[in-house]
Amino acid sequence: MIAALRTPRGLVTALLLVALAVLPLLTQAFDQRYLLSIGTRIVIWGIAAVSLNMILGYGGLVSFGHAVFFGIGGYAVGIMGHHGVTSGWVQWPVALAAATLWAALVGALSLRTRGLYFIMITLAFAQLVYYIGGGLEAYGADDGLNISRSRFPGVIDLRDKASFYWLCLALFCATLWFCSRFANSRFGLVIRGAKSNELRMQALGFPVFRYRLAAFTLSGAFGGLAGILLANEGAYVSPAMMSWVKSGDLIVIVVLGGMGTLFGPLYGTIAFFVLEEALPPLLDLFRKGWGEYWQIVFGPLLVLIALYARGGIDSLLGKRDG
Amino acid sequence: MDYLLLQVLNGVQLGLLMFLLAAGLTLTFGIMDLVNLAHGSLYMMGAYIAWTLVGWTDSFVWGALLTLPATFLLGVVVETVVARRLYARDHLDQVLATFGLILFFNELVRMLWGPAGKSIAVPSFLNRTVEILPGVPYPAYRFAIIVVGAAVALLLAWLVARTRIGMLIRAGASNRRMIGALGVNIELLFTLVFGLGAAFAGLAGLMAAPITSVKIGMGDDILILAFVIIVIGGIGSIKGAFVAAMVVGQIDIVGRAFLPDLLKTFLSSSAASSAAPAISQVLVYVVMAGVLVWRPTGLFGQRT
Repeated sequence: MIAALRTPRGLVTALLLVALAVLPLLTQAFDQRYLLSIGTRIVIWGIAAVSLNMILGYGGLVSFGHAVFFGIGGYAVGIMGHHGVTSGWVQWPVALAAATLWAALVGALSLRTRGLYFIMITLAFAQLVYYIGGGLEAYGADDGLNISRSRFPGVIDLRDKASFYWLCLALFCATLWFCSRFANSRFGLVIRGAKSNELRMQALGFPVFRYRLAAFTLSGAFGGLAGILLANEGAYVSPAMMSWVKSGDLIVIVVLGGMGTLFGPLYGTIAFFVLEEALPPLLDLFRKGWGEYWQIVFGPLLVLIALYARGGIDSLLGKRDG
Repeated sequence: MDYLLLQVLNGVQLGLLMFLLAAGLTLTFGIMDLVNLAHGSLYMMGAYIAWTLVGWTDSFVWGALLTLPATFLLGVVVETVVARRLYARDHLDQVLATFGLILFFNELVRMLWGPAGKSIAVPSFLNRTVEILPGVPYPAYRFAIIVVGAAVALLLAWLVARTRIGMLIRAGASNRRMIGALGVNIELLFTLVFGLGAAFAGLAGLMAAPITSVKIGMGDDILILAFVIIVIGGIGSIKGAFVAAMVVGQIDIVGRAFLPDLLKTFLSSSAASSAAPAISQVLVYVVMAGVLVWRPTGLFGQRT
């Protein structure tokens, strides 16, 4: 544990986690409530990024529809709340089950394909749900649905920003812990082996399809968890939360942080949100009014990352020892 | 009956527009092995450039004719600056980089043309109806799209099947390295194909401009449909792209036109009219999923 802190990677990670843990105290002390809401979103998106990293980073499966699980988790909570089922003890398991089932179905169909076909079929299934969300007249169609937050009477009040944040952070840490167990388990090694050489894994006798399906389903379940939290964070669900741009953002986050590394999604999510918040004022410094157009810098930045910085932020922190 | 005919024609018109987009996409993927998400941005740029040029020349025809070389050049620039560095990369890099290009182009348009949408008027000589059958009028502009779209599709078929450059394109699609080894200037060929695809996308954008609105992100949704088309048709196959574009065009239009009435038989009127477009869009993706389950490389595809 102490030895891990000696490397730059360990030190940075530990500092980030400590900073995240005390964030509500800081924002309260300096009266910056807006920062706490960004922090909450960072942690929630972090969960989704870790879950995508399990299949994209470790498994090499470019799923271009991961934001759909935001939508499924979120809408499950929203629709139940709309019909008067406000207890989180009911809402959350049902929402998780819905996301898991959908992931299993999509995985079973899409993992039969490879390459561009896989990218596109995952995107298509996400679009399918997106359009269904937009067509649900009873639940606000494109305008979305205002919801009340899930209730856990006597345990936690999600309306309290700080406790909600800590709940999200705890779930994020649990997801990270799960991912580290996954990556080093036999199951995870099969997934990673199939990334570098699928044929070899099959020749060794592993049913690669079934392993991948299991990983895809797990990843969807954690994505659904992020969706549940995201719906509770804004007390609002809409089709926009599962638009394909959000799926693209998730891929950007995973690659930016460092694919197939445990803490990469953490670095990536923080960097993504910091860029999103910091680029506009920075550009405004150069010339007034330019901040509005921050994506004109962000877009080419993505091109440069894709071309020259494949290892992501994680690779900046020195060579990996394992 | 007439109503059905009109809707089928609308489907053909949409299908041909989609084919123009999908053809460029399937060529860049088939030959250069590039997943180009930014293809929809070229469609959008085509529409905006056309808006400016039509304003300058005060003539739709001149504006349109000038837009083609302009989008071709834009395609050449994108190819030389970014795209050619991506050919040898894996799909994830390509998705990431071209996703970045989408953000760049959307923002560029917002800077240059402002956030508000633009519209291009239907040229006056086409602002009437033609009788496609005795007593069945059809808007002349939409009919012109069908004619131009069909002509370009035929031109492309001729280009690929009968000319030397088409021969190189086909050879490139089956084995890139080999034609490079045989002394063909493969970089020039790639640039040319990319520019051609951009010009097709620009043509689709400028033709769509008078019937839809010219707005930021207009290329993004249609790009996904174009990808669905090339996936259904089989990546790299022009014929597949054409067949799939026609199918998707029909599903989309006919679904929108007839589903509301069908749904009204068991839903309230307002619920039916909001659910119908969603269902017809969903149907497109269901067809794609079905095709891929049945044939994992699409209708006419061999490659993965």
